[in-house]
Amino acid sequence: MTGPELARLIQLLARLPGLGPRSARRAVLDLMRRREQLMLPLAEALREAAEKVVACRSCGNLDTTDPCAICADPRREPGTLVVVEDVGDLWAIERSGATRARYHVLGGVLSALDGIGPDDLDIAGLLRRVRDGAVGEVILALNATVEGQTTAHYVADRLAGLGCRVTRLAHGVPVGGELDYLDDGTLIAALKSRRSL
Amino acid sequence: MAAAARASSSWTDPRAVTAADAVRRVTLAAFRCYGQLRLEVDRGPVVLTGPNGAGKTALLEALSMLAPGRGLRRAALGDLARRKPGGEAPTPWSVAARVDAAGGEIALGTGQDPASRERRVLRIDGEKIRGQKALAERLAIAWATPEQDRLFLDGPGARRRFLDRLVLGFEPGHAAELAAYEHCQRERARLLAEGSGDDAWLSALEDGMARHGIAVAAARRAVAERLDAAAASGAGPFPAARLRMSGAVDQALASMPALAAEDRLRDALAAARAQDAAQGGAAHGPHRSDLEVRFAQKGIAAAEGSTGEQKAMVLSIVLANARALAAERGRPPLLLLDEVVAHLDRARRAAFADEIAALGAQVWLTGTDDDLFHGLRGRAQFFRILDSSVTRT
Repeated sequence: MTGPELARLIQLLARLPGLGPRSARRAVLDLMRRREQLMLPLAEALREAAEKVVACRSCGNLDTTDPCAICADPRREPGTLVVVEDVGDLWAIERSGATRARYHVLGGVLSALDGIGPDDLDIAGLLRRVRDGAVGEVILALNATVEGQTTAHYVADRLAGLGCRVTRLAHGVPVGGELDYLDDGTLIAALKSRRSL
Repeated sequence: MAAAARASSSWTDPRAVTAADAVRRVTLAAFRCYGQLRLEVDRGPVVLTGPNGAGKTALLEALSMLAPGRGLRRAALGDLARRKPGGEAPTPWSVAARVDAAGGEIALGTGQDPASRERRVLRIDGEKIRGQKALAERLAIAWATPEQDRLFLDGPGARRRFLDRLVLGFEPGHAAELAAYEHCQRERARLLAEGSGDDAWLSALEDGMARHGIAVAAARRAVAERLDAAAASGAGPFPAARLRMSGAVDQALASMPALAAEDRLRDALAAARAQDAAQGGAAHGPHRSDLEVRFAQKGIAAAEGSTGEQKAMVLSIVLANARALAAERGRPPLLLLDEVVAHLDRARRAAFADEIAALGAQVWLTGTDDDLFHGLRGRAQFFRILDSSVTRT
């Protein structure tokens, strides 16, 4: 039905998260229709990204420079590190503009059943950064899932005794959220981490 | 103030309009042995009698599908479809009902998704619902089945699962706590089996087991206490069960604050690593607890009672659950009791009929003979089921 070139393209696209064979076929047809405006620029962008983007050896962020722009930025607070699971979480926090801290990307969470242990995450790099630099606070910004919280507990344990303050993101009522719609677990977490006004 | 006063004067408590969750009409299509069935019933108890294989349990199972989950036989979705002769692919099954629920009458519909038969669709008043919470808030359904006859002879795991399902009626968050506890437990077991000496990782998992495990144990304990009190408040001489959780975690919860019990479990797990590595599993935690049930009048453990007495204990818990739910929600749940009276003697059947009547719930009962339900004559509607057709008697 399709030639080997298109079949291969569809096969590759279908391996991307969120895409299946059906959406890959639609994407390929769309690319073919917009060859000049979309397909060629996309091919060029892919090649350029593949050639130039590297993981920052300090924090694990993706950038064209190593150290990355965030690590190299002198206006960033050197004393605070935000620990995230992956680069997508780093981007989410950056989008919010909520902090001028630097980051540390672990590259996953602990999962014994999936064979992912501490050595598969960049925990050694984090400990090195805390030992070497003047880090006053490590903020654990990990997902509020069982795996995320196990990993947070593990990292906190490893950081104990290194002289930095270890904090984690609050769990509870989302901004703009109504109590009536919250599940019990979230409400209990919110009550537990209440604070004075 | 004026607006509030006006609003409250015109407001009618929906509970006052309909007292109990009750099915008023049910329609089945291609469900088990039923091709088509439409049945209209009153609010009171419903007795279904008929020979084996006539379709009594299938009708109860259809009603149980109006609740979240897999129904009272825990069947796979595909198995519920009516088989066609010659191995032809079955039509997707569906169950529709008009139900007196919290907040007024609703139209409920459920069935196999025609597009993807592994999925079940649920609709309230024609609207597809995503979370099952929306349904649980409107309608409560509880059931008893012949499989529970072995409840006191089986291991503690079966009793914990039995109780966990009842806990969910009061604490919807219980399922998530239980899943989180079991996840941490499996992860720790894997690490210990691999001989990992990573203390920090193990203690992170033990922290998860302690936090979620104590939450699980506390919820079970609270519900066991409620059921114990509700079982003692029956209307007549029907036997009452005494319930309590037994286990080290439960003892800790009885004698110290929950946070201290968490610390104790965390320490116990850390101390038992070598033992757990050698034996597999975990020596401590709520998965070591048991639901202890005693026959109040006789002062014996439920497992020591006769077959009929054990059945009476199960029924006492099911009735207690209905009473406790009624107190919690302001209206008793819909009760589906499959083949529950056969093992009871005449006096207990009469006492059971009185409890059913006193509950004010719509209770659906099945049995082979009308005689078994003598005590409900004049207090329930009777139907005879023969070859998947239902007639009022």
